[in-house]
Amino acid sequence: MVTSLLMAFLVGGFICAVAQLVMDLTCLPPAHIMVLTVVAGAVLSGLGFYEPLIKFGGAGATVPLTSFGNALTKGALVEAQRIGFLGAFTGVLKEVSLGISLAIFIAWFTALIFNPKG
Amino acid sequence: MAENKAGKQTLVFKKKIVLMEAASIVGPKEGQGPLAQYFDLILADDLLGEKSWEKAEQRIMIDTIRLALGKANLTEDDIEYFLAGDLLNQIITASFSARELQIPFLGIYGACSTIIEGLALGASLIEAGFADRVLTASSSHNCTAERQYRAPTELGVQLTPTAQCTVTGAGVGILSSQGTGPAITHATIGKVIDMGIKDPSDMGTAMAPAAADTLNQHFQDTNRTPNYYDLILTGDLAQIGSDILRELMRKNGTLLGTNYNDSGIMVFDKKQGVNSGGSGCGCIASITCSYVYKKMLAGELKKVLLVGTGALLSTTTYQQKESIPGIAHAIALEYLG
Repeated sequence: MVTSLLMAFLVGGFICAVAQLVMDLTCLPPAHIMVLTVVAGAVLSGLGFYEPLIKFGGAGATVPLTSFGNALTKGALVEAQRIGFLGAFTGVLKEVSLGISLAIFIAWFTALIFNPKG
Repeated sequence: MAENKAGKQTLVFKKKIVLMEAASIVGPKEGQGPLAQYFDLILADDLLGEKSWEKAEQRIMIDTIRLALGKANLTEDDIEYFLAGDLLNQIITASFSARELQIPFLGIYGACSTIIEGLALGASLIEAGFADRVLTASSSHNCTAERQYRAPTELGVQLTPTAQCTVTGAGVGILSSQGTGPAITHATIGKVIDMGIKDPSDMGTAMAPAAADTLNQHFQDTNRTPNYYDLILTGDLAQIGSDILRELMRKNGTLLGTNYNDSGIMVFDKKQGVNSGGSGCGCIASITCSYVYKKMLAGELKKVLLVGTGALLSTTTYQQKESIPGIAHAIALEYLG
């Protein structure tokens, strides 16, 4: 228990520290950092490095945005193996459907209730 | 030959054009700063019960104008021209305020230097005999400006240490050909100077060369030195920009002493978490129309040089990776009692 908490902290902390360093050293706006972390997760996943990272760090690897990139690649690879070339496209959003649908629903609901001013 | 000109860029006002009244209203954060005692009104709520931040900023400008008119025992009909500007696209705060006030209006824009540009132009109208009373105003609101220039305020993005915090507030000055008060004696109109700074979170650095150029030109045109003034106030280069200005002036052989300060440094306390300091049209405007004006009336400051500095970028030019042009205008206010 304590070991997995520590590992999650170290792995998650490391990913966030890298993103923070990129932010501080490059002056890139937050939107670019978001895209970069997703792409980094997708690439690491494609190279086969992300699954071991999840086994090692647990939530430390699944909670940061890189995990979203991992899920994109994973979905594409699984579907490509199942139905062939087109699966690489139809599968991209399969794994992340929950996250995206929920985000759209929550955003819609928030817009319905609140009136953003800033 | 222009009779009212000194040197290359300086207007000399021969008539006695006085800043007969000035007023300022600021937001709650500015009200917690070191200058709180000088502002006429500190808002408890920076939304003022309005539906949008833009409406709130217009309310601040209109309220400040009415406050200045009330203090001077004047009505809107007594003002011949209204010169104003702000940071928002198409200077909506100024023009929407003018819609309510019904005073003949000239919209002006010089980013944070707007109030100084307004005072210089207003004095010129009076000097030329076109008017006896001109009102000039400028404002900014943290939530409208930060959103337009940087990111949605609700996103809560991290700011860099060079970033400045937009002041919520407005300053209003009424210029008159009669009466008493500090007189505008000179105005030095600045050139647009761009040294290639591209980071919109570091506007102090982008504007410092323009401030140095205008200051040097002012001293050259008027044959004055920094020691002539009790206060030289730039606004708003904040901490980083004013350090660079001191360095630029030193390299040019002019030392800025303890009589130099910057409104972006003065408006907030470092403990308020504002990084490099304050910024925005409302910054030097509210300080000029409160601290400076009241200190002059009290006789604590007799000769003041106000240098408004503006970063003339837009979000479009920033997104197209253009660098940030800077401008600075100076006016000399003198009140010899």
